Amino acid sequence: MQDLLSNYYPILIFMALAAVITLALMVVPLFAAPHNPDSEKNAPYECGFEAFDDARMKFDVKFYLVAILFIIFDLEVAFLFPWAVAFGEVGLFGFWSMMFFLGVLTIGFAYEWRKGALDWD
Amino acid sequence: MDNLFFDTYIWPLLLVTAHSLAIILVLLVSLAFFMYADRKIWAAVQLRRGPNVVGPFGLLQSFADILKYLFKEVIIPTTANKPIFLLAPFVTMFLALSAWAVIPVNEGWAVAEINVGILYIFAISSLGVYGVIMGGWASNSKYPFLGALRSAAQMVSYEVSIGLVIITVLLCVGSLNLTDIVLAQKTVWFAVPLFPMFVVFFISALAETNRPPFDLPEAESELVAGFMTEYSSTPYVIFMIGELANIILMCAMTTILFLGGWLPPVDIMPFNLVPGVVWFVLKICFVFFMFAMVKAMVPRYRYDQLMRLGWKVFLPLSLIWVVLTAAFLQFTGMAS
Repeated sequence: MQDLLSNYYPILIFMALAAVITLALMVVPLFAAPHNPDSEKNAPYECGFEAFDDARMKFDVKFYLVAILFIIFDLEVAFLFPWAVAFGEVGLFGFWSMMFFLGVLTIGFAYEWRKGALDWD
Repeated sequence: MDNLFFDTYIWPLLLVTAHSLAIILVLLVSLAFFMYADRKIWAAVQLRRGPNVVGPFGLLQSFADILKYLFKEVIIPTTANKPIFLLAPFVTMFLALSAWAVIPVNEGWAVAEINVGILYIFAISSLGVYGVIMGGWASNSKYPFLGALRSAAQMVSYEVSIGLVIITVLLCVGSLNLTDIVLAQKTVWFAVPLFPMFVVFFISALAETNRPPFDLPEAESELVAGFMTEYSSTPYVIFMIGELANIILMCAMTTILFLGGWLPPVDIMPFNLVPGVVWFVLKICFVFFMFAMVKAMVPRYRYDQLMRLGWKVFLPLSLIWVVLTAAFLQFTGMAS
C-alpha cells in the first residue's frame, strides 16, 4: 500500500500543477481583456447569417455505429494488454486461447465488413 | 521527531513538486518553439519566409501570439452551455499535460515511475476526446457540432489501431513500464523488426491528434474551425496548447516505443557520452519534423477515405501483425 502510494502521488501533484496552470491561463483575460458584449457578437457563428435552425439537430446514425465498433475493439485491446504482458508465462495454452478469441472477433469483423458497416458514403 | 517528519514527507513532496513544475514549464516553453518550427518548415516547403519579425529570425513569434490572445475578449455565445463550454478547453489542456507525468526523458527522470506507464498514457489520451465532444456540443452551433462529431469518430477509430500497435510492442517487452520498454531496445530499436507497425503508429498518431492530412474536423474550407469555431481568447489558446502538447506527446511515444527513447543510436564511444535526454529531445524533434513535413506535402483526406483507412486497412493490418508477432515469439521460443 505504502509502495503504491509513493508510486502514484507524484502523478496527483503533477495533475494538480497542470490544473492550476490551465486555470491561471483561463482566468487572465477576466482581468486583462475588455468586456463589452452585444447581441450580434454573442450570436452563434453561421457565416454572418441569422441561425436558421436548431443546432441540436439530427445527425448520421453512422457515428453511433463507429462508437459501437470502437467499444468492441477497444475492449479487445483491453483484454490483450494482460495477455501481452504475461505472454512468456501463459505458454502454448494461453497462446491458442487468445488466438481462438481473436478468431471469433475476426468472424464478427468480417460480418460487419460484408454488411457494409464500415463503408462511409 | 520533527526532523524525521520533515525528511520523510515534506522534503520528497517539495522535490516532486519542483520536478513536476520543471517538466511542465520546459514543455510549455518548448511548445512555443515547436509551433514556430511547424510554421517555419511549412513556409520553407512553400518557398515562403514564415514568421520572421518578432525576435531574431522570428523566434519569439509564438510568445507574441499568446500575449495577444491574453488581452482579447472572451466571447461566449448566448445559446452556449456555459459551464461545459469553458470546461472543454480546460479538460483538453489538463489531460494533455497530465500524460507527461510518466514520460521518461532519461533513465529515472520520469516524475512518476509507475509500473503501468503505457496503460496510463493510453487511458489519459483516450479521455482527450471528451474535450472535443464537450466543446462541440456546448457551443450549440452547427459547425462546432459537426466538427466535434467528425473529430470524435476519427479519434476513436484510430485509437483502436494505436492500441493494437502498443500490444505488438508489449509482446516483445513483457512489461507495461516505459523504462523497461526503452531498455528492451538496447540491441535493436523496435522500428526495425516492427517497421510496418512503426508506420501504422505514425500515421495513426497523425489522425489521433487531428493533424493534416487528417485535419477534417477543422478543415477550414468546410467547417470553419471545427469544434473550436466559437472559441476566442485564452480558451482557444488552451485548446491549441492542448492539441500541440498531444502532438509532442505522440512524438515522445513514437520515440519510446520504436526509436529507443533516450538510448544512443549505436552504443559506442562518442555517442554514449552524450546525455540521454539530448538523444530523447533530438528524436522527438526528428519525429516532429516528419509531422511537419507531412502537413506541408500531403493533401487532405476525404472523410470516407479516412474511415476506410482506419477500419479497413490499419485495423486488419495491426491485428494480423499482433498474431504474427505472437506466433513468431511463441514458436521460436523467444517469448520471455
